[in-house]
Amino acid sequence: MLEISNLVKRYGHDEAVLKGLDLTVEGNSVVAIVGASGAGKSTMLRCINRLVEPTSGSIKLNGNELVKLRGAALRRARRKIGMVFQGFNLIDRLTVMENVLAGRLGYVSLYQAISRRYPQADIERAFHLMERVGIAHYANKRADELSGGERQRVGVVRALMQEPEVLLADEPTASLDPRTSEQIMILLQSLASELELPVLINIHNVAQAKTYTERIVGLRHGKMIFDGAPADFNKEALDAIYGGIEAPDDEITEAPTRVGEGVSHDQA
Amino acid sequence: MTRPDAGAVTPSRTWRKPPFIANPWLRYGLWLVVVVYLIWALGTLPFNWERISEGLPRAARIFGGGFPPSFERGGLLLTGFKESFQIAILATLLGVALSIPFAVMAARNVAPLPVYLFGRAVIIVSRSFHPVIVAILFVAAVGFGPLAGILTLTLYSIGFVGKLLAEEIEEIDWGQVEAMRATGAGYMATLFYAVFPQILPRQVGLSMYQLDSNLRASAVVGIVGAGGIGGTLMNAFGRYDYDFAFAILLTIIAVILVSEGISGWVRKKIW
Repeated sequence: MLEISNLVKRYGHDEAVLKGLDLTVEGNSVVAIVGASGAGKSTMLRCINRLVEPTSGSIKLNGNELVKLRGAALRRARRKIGMVFQGFNLIDRLTVMENVLAGRLGYVSLYQAISRRYPQADIERAFHLMERVGIAHYANKRADELSGGERQRVGVVRALMQEPEVLLADEPTASLDPRTSEQIMILLQSLASELELPVLINIHNVAQAKTYTERIVGLRHGKMIFDGAPADFNKEALDAIYGGIEAPDDEITEAPTRVGEGVSHDQA
Repeated sequence: MTRPDAGAVTPSRTWRKPPFIANPWLRYGLWLVVVVYLIWALGTLPFNWERISEGLPRAARIFGGGFPPSFERGGLLLTGFKESFQIAILATLLGVALSIPFAVMAARNVAPLPVYLFGRAVIIVSRSFHPVIVAILFVAAVGFGPLAGILTLTLYSIGFVGKLLAEEIEEIDWGQVEAMRATGAGYMATLFYAVFPQILPRQVGLSMYQLDSNLRASAVVGIVGAGGIGGTLMNAFGRYDYDFAFAILLTIIAVILVSEGISGWVRKKIW
Protein backbone atom coordinates (compact mmCIF):
# COMPACT_ATOMS: atom_id res chain seq x y z
CA MET A 1 0.00 0.00 0.00
CA LEU A 2 1.26 3.41 -0.98
CA GLU A 3 0.17 6.36 1.15
CA ILE A 4 1.05 9.89 0.16
CA SER A 5 -0.07 12.58 2.54
CA ASN A 6 0.28 16.36 2.41
CA LEU A 7 3.12 16.14 -0.12
CA VAL A 8 4.66 19.50 -0.98
CA LYS A 9 7.43 20.12 -3.50
CA ARG A 10 8.86 23.53 -4.21
CA TYR A 11 11.78 24.13 -6.57
CA GLY A 12 13.85 26.97 -5.15
CA HIS A 13 11.65 29.88 -4.14
CA ASP A 14 9.14 29.46 -6.96
CA GLU A 15 5.52 28.60 -6.47
CA ALA A 16 5.15 25.06 -5.20
CA VAL A 17 4.71 22.40 -7.87
CA LEU A 18 2.88 20.09 -5.50
CA LYS A 19 0.63 21.76 -2.92
CA GLY A 20 -0.24 19.27 -0.23
CA LEU A 21 -1.13 16.18 -2.21
CA ASP A 22 -2.88 13.18 -0.66
CA LEU A 23 -3.14 9.87 -2.46
CA THR A 24 -3.56 6.30 -1.29
CA VAL A 25 -3.13 3.35 -3.62
CA GLU A 26 -4.02 -0.08 -2.36
CA GLY A 27 -3.60 -3.62 -3.59
CA ASN A 28 -2.94 -4.28 -7.23
CA SER A 29 -4.86 -1.36 -8.67
CA VAL A 30 -3.73 0.47 -11.79
CA VAL A 31 -3.98 4.21 -11.29
CA ALA A 32 -3.72 6.74 -14.08
CA ILE A 33 -2.51 10.20 -13.19
CA VAL A 34 -3.62 12.74 -15.74
CA GLY A 35 -3.01 16.45 -15.97
CA ALA A 36 -1.60 19.07 -18.27
CA SER A 37 2.13 19.54 -18.65
CA GLY A 38 3.46 21.19 -15.52
CA ALA A 39 0.62 19.98 -13.33
CA GLY A 40 3.10 18.08 -11.16
CA LYS A 41 2.52 14.50 -12.33
CA SER A 42 6.16 13.75 -12.97
CA THR A 43 7.30 15.49 -9.81
CA MET A 44 4.88 13.45 -7.73
CA LEU A 45 6.07 10.16 -9.18
CA ARG A 46 9.72 11.13 -8.75
CA CYS A 47 9.13 12.13 -5.15
CA ILE A 48 8.07 8.56 -4.43
CA ASN A 49 11.44 7.05 -5.34
CA ARG A 50 13.22 10.26 -4.31
CA LEU A 51 14.71 11.12 -7.69
CA VAL A 52 13.17 14.42 -6.60
CA GLU A 53 13.47 15.51 -2.97
CA PRO A 54 10.06 16.35 -1.48
CA THR A 55 9.94 19.65 0.39
CA SER A 56 7.61 18.28 3.04
CA GLY A 57 4.96 15.67 3.60
CA SER A 58 4.97 11.93 3.98
CA ILE A 59 5.15 9.00 1.60
CA LYS A 60 4.73 5.53 3.04
CA LEU A 61 5.21 2.29 1.15
CA ASN A 62 3.74 -0.64 3.09
CA GLY A 63 4.10 1.36 6.28
CA ASN A 64 7.70 2.35 5.59
CA GLU A 65 8.30 6.10 5.55
CA LEU A 66 10.33 7.08 2.46
CA VAL A 67 10.76 10.83 2.81
CA LYS A 68 13.47 10.89 5.49
CA LEU A 69 15.58 8.01 4.18
CA ARG A 70 19.23 8.56 3.30
CA GLY A 71 22.17 6.59 1.91
CA ALA A 72 21.96 2.82 2.15
CA ALA A 73 18.44 2.88 3.63
CA LEU A 74 17.23 4.95 0.67
CA ARG A 75 18.85 2.54 -1.80
CA ARG A 76 17.21 -0.41 -0.04
CA ALA A 77 13.84 1.32 -0.26
CA ARG A 78 14.35 2.16 -3.95
CA ARG A 79 14.85 -1.53 -4.74
CA LYS A 80 11.20 -2.03 -3.94
CA ILE A 81 10.03 0.77 -6.25
CA GLY A 82 10.26 -0.02 -9.95
CA MET A 83 10.22 2.82 -12.46
CA VAL A 84 9.50 2.94 -16.17
CA PHE A 85 10.51 6.09 -18.06
CA GLN A 86 9.19 7.98 -21.04
CA GLY A 87 12.56 7.90 -22.79
CA PHE A 88 13.12 4.25 -21.74
CA ASN A 89 16.49 5.27 -20.21
CA LEU A 90 18.16 2.03 -21.22
CA ILE A 91 21.93 1.72 -21.29
CA ASP A 92 22.16 1.90 -25.07
CA ARG A 93 25.58 0.35 -25.45
CA LEU A 94 24.90 -2.66 -23.26
CA THR A 95 22.98 -5.76 -24.24
CA VAL A 96 19.32 -6.31 -23.47
CA MET A 97 20.28 -8.90 -20.85
CA GLU A 98 22.67 -6.51 -19.11
CA ASN A 99 19.94 -3.88 -19.08
CA VAL A 100 17.48 -6.31 -17.58
CA LEU A 101 19.97 -7.53 -14.97
CA ALA A 102 20.67 -3.90 -14.06
CA GLY A 103 17.35 -4.10 -12.24
CA ARG A 104 19.20 -6.22 -9.68
CA LEU A 105 21.94 -3.65 -9.03
CA GLY A 106 20.42 -2.83 -5.66
CA TYR A 107 20.79 -6.45 -4.58
CA VAL A 108 24.15 -7.66 -5.93
CA SER A 109 27.66 -6.68 -4.87
CA LEU A 110 29.76 -4.28 -6.93
CA TYR A 111 32.03 -7.13 -8.01
CA GLN A 112 29.05 -9.15 -9.23
CA ALA A 113 27.72 -6.11 -11.06
CA ILE A 114 30.97 -5.24 -12.85
CA SER A 115 31.93 -8.81 -13.72
CA ARG A 116 28.31 -9.59 -14.72
CA ARG A 117 28.33 -12.64 -12.44
CA TYR A 118 24.72 -12.32 -11.36
CA PRO A 119 23.20 -15.06 -9.20
CA GLN A 120 21.62 -17.93 -11.10
CA ALA A 121 18.20 -17.05 -9.72
CA ASP A 122 18.44 -13.54 -11.21
CA ILE A 123 19.30 -14.92 -14.62
CA GLU A 124 16.38 -17.35 -14.46
CA ARG A 125 14.07 -14.55 -13.45
CA ALA A 126 15.40 -12.37 -16.27
CA PHE A 127 14.74 -15.03 -18.91
CA HIS A 128 11.35 -15.77 -17.44
CA LEU A 129 10.26 -12.12 -17.51
CA MET A 130 11.74 -11.52 -20.96
CA GLU A 131 9.80 -14.50 -22.27
CA ARG A 132 6.67 -13.12 -20.64
CA VAL A 133 6.93 -9.85 -22.60
CA GLY A 134 8.34 -11.46 -25.74
CA ILE A 135 11.90 -10.15 -25.88
CA ALA A 136 13.89 -13.19 -24.77
CA HIS A 137 15.33 -13.73 -28.25
CA TYR A 138 16.97 -10.29 -28.04
CA ALA A 139 18.95 -11.12 -24.89
CA ASN A 140 22.34 -10.57 -26.52
CA LYS A 141 21.37 -7.69 -28.77
CA ARG A 142 22.47 -4.17 -28.00
CA ALA A 143 19.63 -2.19 -26.45
CA ASP A 144 19.81 0.57 -29.06
CA GLU A 145 19.14 -1.89 -31.87
CA LEU A 146 15.58 -2.48 -30.69
CA SER A 147 12.46 -0.61 -31.75
CA GLY A 148 10.69 1.77 -29.38
CA GLY A 149 8.09 -0.73 -28.19
CA GLU A 150 10.71 -3.39 -27.61
CA ARG A 151 12.89 -0.94 -25.73
CA GLN A 152 10.02 -0.04 -23.43
CA ARG A 153 9.46 -3.75 -22.77
CA VAL A 154 13.09 -3.96 -21.69
CA GLY A 155 12.41 -0.99 -19.42
CA VAL A 156 9.41 -2.73 -17.89
CA VAL A 157 11.31 -5.98 -17.36
CA ARG A 158 14.20 -4.09 -15.77
CA ALA A 159 11.78 -2.53 -13.29
CA LEU A 160 10.16 -5.90 -12.56
CA MET A 161 13.56 -7.48 -11.93
CA GLN A 162 13.67 -5.39 -8.77
CA GLU A 163 10.79 -7.46 -7.35
CA PRO A 164 9.05 -4.15 -6.72
CA GLU A 165 6.21 -3.51 -4.32
CA VAL A 166 4.97 -0.67 -6.50
CA LEU A 167 5.57 0.22 -10.13
CA LEU A 168 5.83 3.83 -11.29
CA ALA A 169 5.48 4.61 -14.98
CA ASP A 170 6.30 8.17 -16.05
CA GLU A 171 4.65 8.72 -19.45
CA PRO A 172 5.58 5.19 -20.52
CA THR A 173 3.86 5.48 -23.88
CA ALA A 174 4.49 9.09 -24.84
CA SER A 175 7.46 8.22 -27.06
CA LEU A 176 5.66 5.40 -28.83
CA ASP A 177 3.30 5.21 -31.78
CA PRO A 178 -0.40 4.68 -30.93
CA ARG A 179 -0.51 0.96 -31.56
CA THR A 180 2.68 0.21 -29.63
CA SER A 181 1.57 2.42 -26.78
CA GLU A 182 -1.69 0.44 -26.50
CA GLN A 183 0.36 -2.76 -26.30
CA ILE A 184 2.47 -1.32 -23.50
CA MET A 185 -0.65 -0.21 -21.61
CA ILE A 186 -2.15 -3.69 -21.94
CA LEU A 187 1.13 -5.16 -20.73
CA LEU A 188 1.24 -2.91 -17.67
CA GLN A 189 -2.39 -3.67 -16.91
CA SER A 190 -1.96 -7.44 -17.09
CA LEU A 191 1.35 -7.43 -15.22
CA ALA A 192 -0.28 -5.52 -12.39
CA SER A 193 -2.85 -8.26 -11.86
CA GLU A 194 -0.41 -11.14 -12.48
CA LEU A 195 2.13 -9.84 -10.00
CA GLU A 196 -0.40 -8.23 -7.67
CA LEU A 197 1.39 -4.97 -7.96
CA PRO A 198 0.02 -1.44 -7.64
CA VAL A 199 0.93 0.57 -10.75
CA LEU A 200 0.91 4.36 -11.03
CA ILE A 201 0.93 5.62 -14.60
CA ASN A 202 1.42 9.24 -15.61
CA ILE A 203 -0.33 9.59 -18.89
CA HIS A 204 -1.37 12.29 -21.35
CA ASN A 205 -3.72 10.12 -23.34
CA VAL A 206 -7.03 10.25 -21.51
CA ALA A 207 -8.65 7.69 -23.79
CA GLN A 208 -5.99 5.15 -22.90
CA ALA A 209 -6.24 6.06 -19.23
CA LYS A 210 -9.95 5.33 -19.28
CA THR A 211 -9.53 2.05 -21.14
CA TYR A 212 -6.66 0.48 -19.28
CA THR A 213 -6.84 1.70 -15.70
CA GLU A 214 -9.22 1.28 -12.80
CA ARG A 215 -8.85 4.67 -11.27
CA ILE A 216 -8.05 8.11 -12.60
CA VAL A 217 -6.43 10.84 -10.58
CA GLY A 218 -6.47 14.32 -12.10
CA LEU A 219 -3.92 16.91 -11.11
CA ARG A 220 -3.97 20.60 -11.80
CA HIS A 221 -1.46 23.15 -10.50
CA GLY A 222 -0.16 20.65 -7.94
CA LYS A 223 -3.52 19.77 -6.46
CA MET A 224 -5.71 16.74 -6.91
CA ILE A 225 -8.98 17.82 -8.50
CA PHE A 226 -10.36 14.48 -9.60
CA ASP A 227 -10.20 11.01 -8.10
CA GLY A 228 -12.54 8.35 -9.29
CA ALA A 229 -13.42 5.52 -11.61
CA PRO A 230 -12.85 5.91 -15.37
CA ALA A 231 -16.63 5.81 -15.87
CA ASP A 232 -17.04 8.95 -13.78
CA PHE A 233 -14.39 10.79 -15.73
CA ASN A 234 -16.70 12.93 -17.82
CA LYS A 235 -16.50 16.10 -19.85
CA GLU A 236 -16.64 18.26 -16.72
CA ALA A 237 -13.71 16.51 -15.13
CA LEU A 238 -11.81 16.85 -18.38
CA ASP A 239 -12.52 20.57 -18.54
CA ALA A 240 -11.56 21.00 -14.92
CA ILE A 241 -8.20 19.38 -15.56
CA TYR A 242 -7.32 20.80 -18.95
CA GLY A 243 -9.72 23.75 -19.26
CA GLY A 244 -8.27 27.11 -20.09
CA ILE A 245 -5.02 25.53 -21.09
CA GLU A 246 -3.83 26.17 -24.58
CA ALA A 247 -4.71 23.57 -27.21
CA PRO A 248 -5.74 20.77 -24.92
CA ASP A 249 -7.34 18.86 -27.80
CA ASP A 250 -4.08 17.22 -28.74
CA GLU A 251 -3.80 15.71 -25.30
CA ILE A 252 -7.27 14.43 -24.74
CA THR A 253 -8.36 12.94 -28.01
CA GLU A 254 -6.96 9.71 -29.25
CA ALA A 255 -5.15 11.61 -31.97
CA PRO A 256 -1.77 10.06 -32.69
CA THR A 257 0.08 13.22 -31.77
CA ARG A 258 3.38 11.55 -31.23
CA VAL A 259 3.50 9.20 -34.15
CA GLY A 260 6.42 11.03 -35.72
CA GLU A 261 8.47 10.77 -32.57
CA GLY A 262 7.71 7.10 -32.15
CA VAL A 263 8.67 6.26 -35.68
CA SER A 264 11.91 8.14 -35.55
CA HIS A 265 12.73 6.23 -32.38
CA ASP A 266 12.12 2.99 -34.16
CA GLN A 267 14.65 3.85 -36.77
CA ALA A 268 17.22 5.24 -34.42
CA MET B 1 -1.28 36.24 -46.98
CA THR B 2 -0.42 39.74 -48.06
CA ARG B 3 2.28 39.53 -50.60
CA PRO B 4 3.91 42.68 -51.94
CA ASP B 5 2.38 43.48 -55.30
CA ALA B 6 4.98 42.86 -58.00
CA GLY B 7 3.88 45.94 -59.88
CA ALA B 8 4.16 48.30 -56.94
CA VAL B 9 7.12 50.60 -56.88
CA THR B 10 9.22 49.89 -53.82
CA PRO B 11 12.42 51.70 -53.02
CA SER B 12 15.38 49.39 -53.64
CA ARG B 13 16.51 47.98 -50.34
CA THR B 14 20.09 47.26 -49.46
CA TRP B 15 21.50 44.78 -47.02
CA ARG B 16 24.92 44.50 -45.45
CA LYS B 17 26.18 41.88 -43.07
CA PRO B 18 25.99 43.36 -39.55
CA PRO B 19 29.49 44.02 -38.22
CA PHE B 20 30.93 41.43 -35.84
CA ILE B 21 31.44 44.15 -33.21
CA ALA B 22 28.41 46.41 -33.23
CA ASN B 23 29.90 49.40 -31.43
CA PRO B 24 31.94 51.41 -34.02
CA TRP B 25 34.11 53.01 -31.32
CA LEU B 26 35.10 49.59 -30.03
CA ARG B 27 35.58 48.21 -33.54
CA TYR B 28 37.94 50.92 -34.77
CA GLY B 29 39.48 51.29 -31.34
CA LEU B 30 40.60 47.65 -31.44
CA TRP B 31 42.19 48.14 -34.85
CA LEU B 32 44.04 51.15 -33.49
CA VAL B 33 45.29 49.18 -30.48
CA VAL B 34 46.62 46.38 -32.73
CA VAL B 35 48.48 48.84 -35.01
CA VAL B 36 49.97 50.79 -32.11
CA TYR B 37 51.08 47.56 -30.42
CA LEU B 38 52.81 46.27 -33.57
CA ILE B 39 54.68 49.54 -34.04
CA TRP B 40 55.73 49.59 -30.41
CA ALA B 41 56.75 45.90 -30.30
CA LEU B 42 58.79 45.99 -33.50
CA GLY B 43 60.40 49.24 -32.40
CA THR B 44 61.47 48.09 -28.93
CA LEU B 45 62.32 44.37 -29.26
CA PRO B 46 66.08 43.92 -29.59
CA PHE B 47 66.43 42.49 -33.07
CA ASN B 48 70.11 42.39 -33.81
CA TRP B 49 70.20 42.39 -37.59
CA GLU B 50 73.99 41.96 -37.68
CA ARG B 51 73.79 38.80 -35.61
CA ILE B 52 71.01 37.49 -37.78
CA SER B 53 72.98 38.07 -40.97
CA GLU B 54 76.04 36.41 -39.41
CA GLY B 55 73.90 33.45 -38.37
CA LEU B 56 72.49 32.77 -41.80
CA PRO B 57 75.70 31.21 -43.22
CA ARG B 58 75.95 29.14 -40.04
CA ALA B 59 72.48 27.82 -40.60
CA ALA B 60 73.43 27.06 -44.18
CA ARG B 61 76.48 25.14 -42.94
CA ILE B 62 74.36 23.05 -40.59
CA PHE B 63 71.87 22.26 -43.31
CA GLY B 64 74.72 21.53 -45.72
CA GLY B 65 76.33 19.21 -43.16
CA GLY B 66 73.02 17.47 -42.77
CA PHE B 67 72.89 16.37 -46.39
CA PRO B 68 72.86 13.62 -47.22
CA PRO B 69 71.40 12.29 -43.95
CA SER B 70 73.46 9.40 -42.63
CA PHE B 71 71.76 6.25 -41.41
CA GLU B 72 75.14 4.66 -40.64
CA ARG B 73 74.48 4.45 -36.92
CA GLY B 74 71.15 2.76 -37.38
CA GLY B 75 71.60 0.76 -34.16
CA LEU B 76 71.66 3.92 -32.07
CA LEU B 77 68.65 5.22 -33.93
CA LEU B 78 66.76 2.01 -33.26
CA THR B 79 67.65 1.94 -29.55
CA GLY B 80 66.48 5.54 -29.19
CA PHE B 81 63.20 4.91 -30.92
CA LYS B 82 62.58 1.73 -29.01
CA GLU B 83 62.95 3.66 -25.78
CA SER B 84 60.68 6.43 -27.06
CA PHE B 85 58.00 3.90 -27.95
CA GLN B 86 58.29 2.25 -24.57
CA ILE B 87 57.98 5.60 -22.82
CA ALA B 88 55.03 6.66 -24.94
CA ILE B 89 53.07 3.40 -24.58
CA LEU B 90 53.69 3.05 -20.84
CA ALA B 91 52.82 6.69 -20.20
CA THR B 92 49.66 6.38 -22.27
CA LEU B 93 48.49 3.28 -20.40
CA LEU B 94 49.23 4.82 -17.02
CA GLY B 95 47.90 8.23 -17.92
CA VAL B 96 44.68 6.99 -19.47
CA ALA B 97 44.02 4.63 -16.56
CA LEU B 98 44.57 7.42 -14.04
CA SER B 99 42.63 9.96 -16.08
CA ILE B 100 39.38 8.02 -15.57
CA PRO B 101 39.13 8.54 -11.79
CA PHE B 102 40.29 12.14 -12.13
CA ALA B 103 37.74 12.74 -14.89
CA VAL B 104 34.98 11.40 -12.63
CA MET B 105 36.18 13.66 -9.83
CA ALA B 106 36.27 16.65 -12.17
CA ALA B 107 32.76 16.16 -13.59
CA ARG B 108 30.34 18.47 -11.79
CA ASN B 109 27.30 16.26 -12.37
CA VAL B 110 28.70 13.14 -10.66
CA ALA B 111 31.11 14.56 -8.07
CA PRO B 112 30.29 16.46 -4.88
CA LEU B 113 31.68 20.00 -4.78
CA PRO B 114 34.88 19.43 -2.72
CA VAL B 115 35.84 16.40 -4.80
CA TYR B 116 35.04 18.33 -7.96
CA LEU B 117 37.33 21.17 -6.95
CA PHE B 118 40.13 18.72 -6.15
CA GLY B 119 39.71 16.89 -9.48
CA ARG B 120 39.64 20.16 -11.41
CA ALA B 121 42.74 21.35 -9.55
CA VAL B 122 44.68 18.18 -10.45
CA ILE B 123 43.72 18.56 -14.10
CA ILE B 124 44.48 22.28 -14.21
CA VAL B 125 47.88 21.78 -12.60
CA SER B 126 48.84 18.95 -14.92
CA ARG B 127 47.78 21.02 -17.90
CA SER B 128 49.34 24.32 -16.93
CA PHE B 129 52.94 23.43 -17.85
CA HIS B 130 54.30 22.29 -21.15
CA PRO B 131 55.71 18.74 -21.01
CA VAL B 132 59.24 20.10 -21.47
CA ILE B 133 59.01 22.13 -18.24
CA VAL B 134 57.53 19.16 -16.38
CA ALA B 135 60.31 16.97 -17.80
CA ILE B 136 62.97 19.35 -16.50
CA LEU B 137 61.40 19.07 -13.01
CA PHE B 138 61.20 15.28 -13.15
CA VAL B 139 64.75 14.94 -14.48
CA ALA B 140 65.87 16.98 -11.49
CA ALA B 141 63.76 14.81 -9.19
CA VAL B 142 64.42 11.26 -10.45
CA GLY B 143 67.51 11.74 -12.60
CA PHE B 144 68.19 11.37 -16.32
CA GLY B 145 66.53 8.56 -18.20
CA PRO B 146 63.21 7.10 -19.28
CA LEU B 147 61.56 7.19 -15.82
CA ALA B 148 61.47 10.99 -15.97
CA GLY B 149 59.97 10.76 -19.45
CA ILE B 150 57.28 8.29 -18.35
CA LEU B 151 56.29 10.42 -15.37
CA THR B 152 56.16 13.56 -17.51
CA LEU B 153 53.98 12.09 -20.19
CA THR B 154 51.74 10.34 -17.67
CA LEU B 155 51.00 13.69 -16.07
CA TYR B 156 50.48 15.21 -19.50
CA SER B 157 48.02 12.44 -20.42
CA ILE B 158 46.07 12.80 -17.16
CA GLY B 159 45.63 16.49 -17.84
CA PHE B 160 44.53 16.21 -21.42
CA VAL B 161 42.45 13.01 -21.38
CA GLY B 162 41.06 13.83 -17.91
CA LYS B 163 39.80 17.23 -18.99
CA LEU B 164 38.10 15.99 -22.15
CA LEU B 165 36.63 12.93 -20.41
CA ALA B 166 35.28 15.11 -17.62
CA GLU B 167 33.53 17.27 -20.19
CA GLU B 168 32.16 14.14 -21.83
CA ILE B 169 30.81 12.92 -18.48
CA GLU B 170 29.13 16.26 -17.91
CA GLU B 171 27.25 15.82 -21.19
CA ILE B 172 25.98 12.26 -20.75
CA ASP B 173 22.32 11.34 -21.02
CA TRP B 174 21.23 11.78 -17.40
CA GLY B 175 18.18 9.56 -17.83
CA GLN B 176 20.36 6.45 -17.70
CA VAL B 177 21.83 7.60 -14.38
CA GLU B 178 18.33 8.20 -13.01
CA ALA B 179 17.26 4.77 -14.16
CA MET B 180 20.16 3.12 -12.32
CA ARG B 181 19.52 5.17 -9.19
CA ALA B 182 15.87 4.18 -9.34
CA THR B 183 16.84 0.49 -9.13
CA GLY B 184 18.63 1.18 -5.85
CA ALA B 185 22.12 0.93 -7.37
CA GLY B 186 24.98 2.43 -5.37
CA TYR B 187 27.32 5.16 -6.58
CA MET B 188 29.97 2.89 -8.07
CA ALA B 189 27.49 0.57 -9.75
CA THR B 190 25.80 3.61 -11.28
CA LEU B 191 29.16 4.82 -12.60
CA PHE B 192 29.94 1.47 -14.16
CA TYR B 193 26.51 0.98 -15.71
CA ALA B 194 25.21 4.44 -16.56
CA VAL B 195 28.33 6.56 -17.04
CA PHE B 196 31.21 4.49 -18.39
CA PRO B 197 29.36 2.83 -21.29
CA GLN B 198 28.35 6.28 -22.48
CA ILE B 199 31.89 7.66 -22.53
CA LEU B 200 33.55 4.48 -23.82
CA PRO B 201 33.91 5.42 -27.52
CA ARG B 202 35.29 8.82 -26.59
CA GLN B 203 37.66 7.13 -24.14
CA VAL B 204 39.08 4.79 -26.78
CA GLY B 205 39.41 7.61 -29.30
CA LEU B 206 41.19 9.82 -26.81
CA SER B 207 43.56 7.02 -25.82
CA MET B 208 44.56 6.52 -29.46
CA TYR B 209 45.06 10.23 -29.90
CA GLN B 210 47.04 10.42 -26.69
CA LEU B 211 49.36 7.58 -27.76
CA ASP B 212 50.06 9.50 -30.92
CA SER B 213 50.60 12.72 -29.02
CA ASN B 214 52.83 11.06 -26.39
CA LEU B 215 55.04 9.59 -29.10
CA ARG B 216 55.58 13.07 -30.48
CA ALA B 217 56.13 14.55 -27.03
CA SER B 218 58.52 11.76 -26.00
CA ALA B 219 60.91 12.95 -28.71
CA VAL B 220 60.79 16.47 -27.27
CA VAL B 221 61.19 15.62 -23.58
CA GLY B 222 64.18 13.46 -24.49
CA ILE B 223 66.01 16.66 -25.36
CA VAL B 224 66.03 17.75 -21.72
CA GLY B 225 67.26 14.33 -20.61
CA ALA B 226 64.10 12.33 -20.12
CA GLY B 227 65.21 9.43 -22.32
CA GLY B 228 64.25 8.26 -25.77
CA ILE B 229 65.07 9.48 -29.25
CA GLY B 230 65.23 13.11 -28.10
CA GLY B 231 68.38 12.32 -26.13
CA THR B 232 69.95 10.67 -29.15
CA LEU B 233 69.08 13.71 -31.25
CA MET B 234 70.57 16.10 -28.71
CA ASN B 235 73.80 14.08 -28.57
CA ALA B 236 74.06 14.08 -32.34
CA PHE B 237 73.77 17.86 -32.41
CA GLY B 238 76.26 18.18 -29.59
CA ARG B 239 78.82 16.17 -31.55
CA TYR B 240 78.16 18.16 -34.73
CA ASP B 241 76.90 14.95 -36.38
CA TYR B 242 74.45 16.92 -38.45
CA ASP B 243 73.97 14.15 -40.99
CA PHE B 244 72.94 11.72 -38.25
CA ALA B 245 70.76 14.36 -36.62
CA PHE B 246 68.97 14.85 -39.91
CA ALA B 247 68.49 11.12 -40.26
CA ILE B 248 66.84 11.13 -36.81
CA LEU B 249 64.59 14.05 -37.74
CA LEU B 250 63.48 12.33 -40.94
CA THR B 251 62.73 9.14 -39.04
CA ILE B 252 60.72 11.06 -36.44
CA ILE B 253 58.63 12.62 -39.20
CA ALA B 254 58.09 9.20 -40.79
CA VAL B 255 57.09 7.58 -37.47
CA ILE B 256 54.69 10.41 -36.59
CA LEU B 257 53.10 10.21 -40.02
CA VAL B 258 52.56 6.47 -39.70
CA SER B 259 51.22 6.65 -36.12
CA GLU B 260 48.91 9.50 -37.02
CA GLY B 261 47.59 7.49 -39.95
CA ILE B 262 46.97 4.45 -37.78
CA SER B 263 45.33 6.32 -34.92
CA GLY B 264 43.17 8.30 -37.32
CA TRP B 265 42.01 5.09 -38.94
CA VAL B 266 41.24 3.41 -35.62
CA ARG B 267 39.35 6.44 -34.32
CA LYS B 268 37.25 6.58 -37.46
CA LYS B 269 36.43 2.89 -37.08
CA ILE B 270 35.18 3.15 -33.50
CA TRP B 271 33.59 6.60 -33.47
